[in-house]
Amino acid sequence: MSLDTLYREVILDHYSHPRNRGVVEPADAVRDGANPLCGDEIRVSLRVRDGVVEDVRFEGKGCSISQASASMMTERVKGRPVEEARRTIAAFKGMMHAEQAPGADDLGDLEALQGVRKFPVRVKCATLSWITLELALDELSPA
Amino acid sequence: MAIPATIRDDFPILKQRVHGKPLVYLDSANTSQKPRAVIDALVRYYEEYNANIHRGVYAIAERATAEYEAARAKVARFLGAAEPAEVVFTRNITEALNLVAHSWGRRHVGPGDEILTTEMEHHSDLVPWQFLAQERGARLRHIPFDDAGRLVLGDLDRLLTERTKIVSLVHVSNTFGTVNPVAEIARRAHAHGAVVVVDGAQSAPHRPIDVQALGVDFFGFTGHKMLAPMGVGGLWARRAFLEEMEPFLGGGEMISDVWLDHATWNEVPWKFEAGTQNVGDTIALGVAVEYLEALGMDAVAAHEQELTAYALEQLRDVPGLRILGPAGPADRGGVISFAMDGVHPHDIAQVLDEDGVCVRAGHHCTKPLHRRLGIGASVRASFYVYTTREELDVLTRSLLKVRSLFRVA
Ligand SMILES: Cc1ncc(COP(=O)(O)O)c(C=O)c1O
Repeated sequence: MSLDTLYREVILDHYSHPRNRGVVEPADAVRDGANPLCGDEIRVSLRVRDGVVEDVRFEGKGCSISQASASMMTERVKGRPVEEARRTIAAFKGMMHAEQAPGADDLGDLEALQGVRKFPVRVKCATLSWITLELALDELSPA
Repeated sequence: MAIPATIRDDFPILKQRVHGKPLVYLDSANTSQKPRAVIDALVRYYEEYNANIHRGVYAIAERATAEYEAARAKVARFLGAAEPAEVVFTRNITEALNLVAHSWGRRHVGPGDEILTTEMEHHSDLVPWQFLAQERGARLRHIPFDDAGRLVLGDLDRLLTERTKIVSLVHVSNTFGTVNPVAEIARRAHAHGAVVVVDGAQSAPHRPIDVQALGVDFFGFTGHKMLAPMGVGGLWARRAFLEEMEPFLGGGEMISDVWLDHATWNEVPWKFEAGTQNVGDTIALGVAVEYLEALGMDAVAAHEQELTAYALEQLRDVPGLRILGPAGPADRGGVISFAMDGVHPHDIAQVLDEDGVCVRAGHHCTKPLHRRLGIGASVRASFYVYTTREELDVLTRSLLKVRSLFRVA
């Protein structure tokens, strides 16, 4: 398996220039996630106004896949309605677990992370921030 | 006598290519590869004399029993035990350490007593003691390590008190590679009346061991790291301890006689070997230690020390690399863990894999050690009898590639 499949340009870019790093203050929900196997840790914080994710940030340490995925996630859901964020989470998880044909939902740049599927042990790295975001949203309004 | 260059021919797995490149296996601290002789022993057992031991009166059962007990004698000789009965076979060292904590610990450790380990232990040598301490209301204490990954022994005589019942420590650190001065620590621990347990998972495969000269009371090892199959390891202990200890697991074979409401125990060591044993793998373990003895454990240790010195020197040329553990090869096993500025260990291991290089990325089951260093994970390259300098060159080149891929060059 070629490494370019995994380390796509957009992933390396988000890794070296992460977007929306930090903690939202004040936040409506803050959630920590961890991948005990590799020691990756992430904190996702967000603020919701009128059903829209007004701000969302992440903090933590981890591999390029987990950091890039978190960065791309915040970029994607910031400024979007909570309902849409939930649909994107479902579509992303579906893509990573190959339950869904790519393109069923337009994931845009996020499709660059599809390559991770070919490296099964890394799938958890890509989904960590998304699962953490989902839990943060659940804190606000149970799904 | 040096390790012959032809040794690689003995290891069938090393001949393959992965991703079109020769396999560079640098994860022997995780599990070692197996020589043909060991694989053949396993096949021979299953093809010629597979039978349960200590039970049959027929020929193949007798042969299986004899080979199984011969393996015990070989391991006993390999470790410098006083007699074969001092070796108890278990599934792995994790089970061996749990056996000590359960069978010796529960009898001797009470409320307020202390158990001393170190901050560089593998989880296998931490969690069993945590169980014991919780159950008995005992206190856990830890010998710290310094920036070079060496135990700080200045305070040892304060850490050891009249309440210290057990001192348990790793002989060779699976993360730092540090060779700990076990004999000295054992002497000081004994002066305070404690028993000494040694995690020999990373020492027995790589250097000459003489448990009696080390002056310890319990010594655990795990077969799969010393050329044997996965699924067998063991515990050496002085006979007096084994005699006095209660069994660990109850069931068949560990008994002398059984009534409906009670039982009496078999003799040492069988009272600790309940149920059908891993006969084939144990016999293969006997062959593995014979293979190591034929190489000579001094030669094995010298080979690895030379490789470690070479690797430490080569890795110095990789910018941004932080090597954990002792800076030089003295008192250091063939294990080098490191972190790289700006690149996560998983990404490093992934890029190395593309070049056929197998290394471990993660916390290597030493989370408290990594936490103390302030890092979540590291990369570990580890060597064995079949490792070559050329392979270490591939490692260095591949690490330089990592830096350019992640633009931290
Ligand atoms: C120092 C040390 N202790 C204990 C263990 C546990 O070995 P096993 O999993 O074979 O029980 C290992 C290996 O993982 C080790 O390196």
